[in-house]
Amino acid sequence: MAKVFTAFVFGLIFGVGILISGMANPAKVLNFFDVAGTWDPSLMFVMGGALIVTAIGYRFVFRLPHPLLDGKFLVPTRKDLDLKLILGSVIFGVGWGMSGFCPGGLIPAIGIGIVEPIIAVAAVLAGMYTYKTLTRTQA
Amino acid sequence: MTEFTPFLSLAGGALIGLASVALMAFHGRIAGINGILGGLLDGPKSEGLPTRIAFLVGMIAAPTAILAVTGEMPQITVPVSNLMLAIGGFIVGFGTTMGSGCTSGHGVCGIARLSPRSIIATLMFMASTLVTVYVIRHVIGG
Repeated sequence: MAKVFTAFVFGLIFGVGILISGMANPAKVLNFFDVAGTWDPSLMFVMGGALIVTAIGYRFVFRLPHPLLDGKFLVPTRKDLDLKLILGSVIFGVGWGMSGFCPGGLIPAIGIGIVEPIIAVAAVLAGMYTYKTLTRTQA
Repeated sequence: MTEFTPFLSLAGGALIGLASVALMAFHGRIAGINGILGGLLDGPKSEGLPTRIAFLVGMIAAPTAILAVTGEMPQITVPVSNLMLAIGGFIVGFGTTMGSGCTSGHGVCGIARLSPRSIIATLMFMASTLVTVYVIRHVIGG
């Protein structure tokens, strides 16, 4: 129960951060990438703020013997660069550039109560499901 | 045009970082929204499902929390058609699953750990988004 409650609180803080920062606003996100047009550099500050806090915070957290509510840290350990990582990231960028929503920006937008984020999240889930299904049958 | 908001964006980014650090400190998990969302598709027996759902519900509750504090619901502008949103959204879901991460997982948590995979992934999707927006706004739309 403590895990579920804290997850809710951390999700709430994450979501408030996303909304204040502008990451949930496709107009702002797309303008950040429109360097040749109506450029809005705000999102550089989002990345900067998030990275400074996370990089410093992680240093302290990883000194703990284990997480406060779990037995062990679960962090990716792979170091190799493969085609899936690179191609998948390039594909993600095409979709982000078309829609203006990345997954983190999209979820808090759902709670505003307009229809567009709901369309987008349904499409994102469909894309995830398609990739998972394709790779499952290959394996 | 959108208004340049360096201080709000920096503060929002710091909160994103704070939540990411807290999730690692308490749960030992990466705050990767792509992974948390994608986990919903892995069936009712997938590990940590109630925790994932709670995190997502917290995120969805965020606009209401802002409304409760400031008296105003956050406003966003979606400058693309619903068709573009649907196609773009599908591609986002496909690509982030294939590339094992998105802006939060690779761009924040991964780079903060200096993971070479995340640094490369972030450079790739930032460049690809830049080119896509350029093509849509200045080549096709131009």
